Amino acid sequence: MSDVAVKAEGLHKRYRLGSVHGPQSAIGLLSRGMQGLFGRNTEDCETRSIWALRDVSFEINRGEVFGVIGNNGSGKSTLLKILSRVTEPTKGRVLINGRFCGLLEVGTGFHPELTGRDNVYMSGAILGMKRREIDRKFDEIVDFAEVEQFIDTPVKHYSSGMYVRLGFSVLAHMDPDILIVDEVLAVGDVRFQKKCMGKMEDVGHHGRTVIMVSHDMSAITRLCKRAVLLSQGQIVREGSAYEVVNEYLYMGHIKPFCEWPDLLTAPGDEIVRMRAVRVKTESGTVTEGFDIRKPIGIEIEFDVLEEGHVIVGQFSVQNEENVVIFIVNDRDPAWLRRPRAVGRYAATAWIPGNMLSEGVHTVSAGIMTEDPFRLHCDTPRVVGFRVHENGTGPTARGDFTGRWPGAIRPLLKWTTQYIPT
Amino acid sequence: MVGAEILYTVAALIMNYSSEAGSKQQLQPAMPSIMIEPAGSKFSLGLREIWNSRELFYFLAWRDMKTRYAQTAIGAGWAIMQPLLTTLVFTVVFSYWAKVPSDGLPYPIFAYAAILPWTLFARSLERSTLSVVSEGGLIKKVYFPRLIIPVVSTFINLVDFAVGFIILGAMMLWYHVWPTWGIITLPLFVGMAVAASLSVSMWLSALNVKYRDVASVIPLVTQLWMFASPVLYPSSMVPERLRFLYGMNPMAGVIEGFRWALLGKAHPDWKIVLVSSGVVLVLLLGGVIFFRRVERTFADVI
Repeated sequence: MSDVAVKAEGLHKRYRLGSVHGPQSAIGLLSRGMQGLFGRNTEDCETRSIWALRDVSFEINRGEVFGVIGNNGSGKSTLLKILSRVTEPTKGRVLINGRFCGLLEVGTGFHPELTGRDNVYMSGAILGMKRREIDRKFDEIVDFAEVEQFIDTPVKHYSSGMYVRLGFSVLAHMDPDILIVDEVLAVGDVRFQKKCMGKMEDVGHHGRTVIMVSHDMSAITRLCKRAVLLSQGQIVREGSAYEVVNEYLYMGHIKPFCEWPDLLTAPGDEIVRMRAVRVKTESGTVTEGFDIRKPIGIEIEFDVLEEGHVIVGQFSVQNEENVVIFIVNDRDPAWLRRPRAVGRYAATAWIPGNMLSEGVHTVSAGIMTEDPFRLHCDTPRVVGFRVHENGTGPTARGDFTGRWPGAIRPLLKWTTQYIPT
Repeated sequence: MVGAEILYTVAALIMNYSSEAGSKQQLQPAMPSIMIEPAGSKFSLGLREIWNSRELFYFLAWRDMKTRYAQTAIGAGWAIMQPLLTTLVFTVVFSYWAKVPSDGLPYPIFAYAAILPWTLFARSLERSTLSVVSEGGLIKKVYFPRLIIPVVSTFINLVDFAVGFIILGAMMLWYHVWPTWGIITLPLFVGMAVAASLSVSMWLSALNVKYRDVASVIPLVTQLWMFASPVLYPSSMVPERLRFLYGMNPMAGVIEGFRWALLGKAHPDWKIVLVSSGVVLVLLLGGVIFFRRVERTFADVI
């Protein structure tokens, strides 16, 4: 038995817009028939199809937790639909080794008039469980969902939380070899979400293969080992979940500079307006990629429009999990508590090398006046940059190539003393 | 339910046959392996897969049973009321007023014996036409052999059918109509009724996915179809030269067979029964093939 759980080769999926949104009525059919008579139809059909997936190939090993990420409309759902056999590929093929459970929705097969008990059996049967299997796991399922009291109540009387918990519980106890999880963790309250996460991690540890689709990048990096990034139906990046998530965040919304050429629409007010935020290297080049050892310059350019204010630039740096790493204010001694004249200023702060972790960071910049305190503008996540490590030179990571967690990655000074005993 | 068993037996036989053909694969039950690819030229009826999902069939049928009469006052009473009232109306209109002959049998029982399989057929058509579309939520979310859906929608009507049989028994006692040895062939005709219902249901349910017109046209079709079947009148009223054409209606043969097997009708037209059986077989096979062909696009079209 091979170690490959899922192997996709050159998957293509085409949706014909014409036949989906087109003639579903007799009149539509007639009119299309008429068009056909005049020979205009065929061409029309060709142009009105879209490729939801183009040449998607990947392999997932047994026991791997595999992430699929991408923007809405990138083809994730289509891929999952093909994997769970809901729809078939136009070209290409997928080999699936093992019992498979498409978990495209919580509460699949639930009927509102049936009781919780009946629905557990119903949903289980639809997902491919045998009756004896459900009998065996029934108590566990109900226990996990925390709905013992209401198990003989029709689910139409359930709260949405109870409904979702029971639905997830059935899925979680399916015991498949390969499991697809699509955003299910976004349901229930925080406590139940944590429980689900725990269950998912559990599943991964028991040698099962999990394919996970989520917009929650921290969940992907936490749970998945490898991932693919889809964009417009194609795989644009495949690799460790960590790298792929970085790529996605980078693709999504970071650029190393932001400028406001028009003074009137620039963020700010009658006192001060922001004109640009840039991320630059020591030599002054604006770029988004930084070696972990190199300092990173954050430049805020602004126009002071009214004289006599003590103006302070500030910015914060967030990592890809949206954790604020730090916030700093301009503490340049030359301008500390000193009112400024009208004119343009560019203030730059330097983040030292060997401080931030690898990955995508975003910068939120603002300008304020002190005494009295007032925030004139605030531009959340206006620019971003990526810190990478190429594996040479003095860094905290050194020669280690695996995943290295931590919000920051300082290269500390270590001293060691030999203590004779 | 006898019909169901016959169908299962037939299905099992076909499945055994197909499993011999596909025994090269030798799938391990512990770690099944599937290949997902465009069906293209390769084609199988997939009956083995349906057989493997028989538990799902039971559960879906059980769900439909449980939810069918939810929040109704007389519940399963409707199963009895409908054919009884129809028989009453038909008897008054067609027997007392229009003086339609009934092959020497009391008209109520003559009509009821036809209404029973006819109701099975008509209900199956109505339910299953809508079935695939109304299970759209499931079809778009999870894979299972889609053929199960119209099959469940057809078989579920056997419950009402069975209840209706009890009434028929009572009527036979009341009118002193005794069955002949022909009754042993009744399961065959029940099976034929189910097969006829199933075959048309498969066509209609699949067509309705793409052309919702089907659902609108069904009430009209079943109404007209009833007049083209020997429900209200004996088939002996049909001119001899049209009998072959008449037999093309699968329900003609089914009803003819029912009257003969149950009531010992004197001169059943075997030509009609034979032609109908042939038509049912062709429709059934064609229905499965057609359904399997189009089911691949269900999730994209619903």
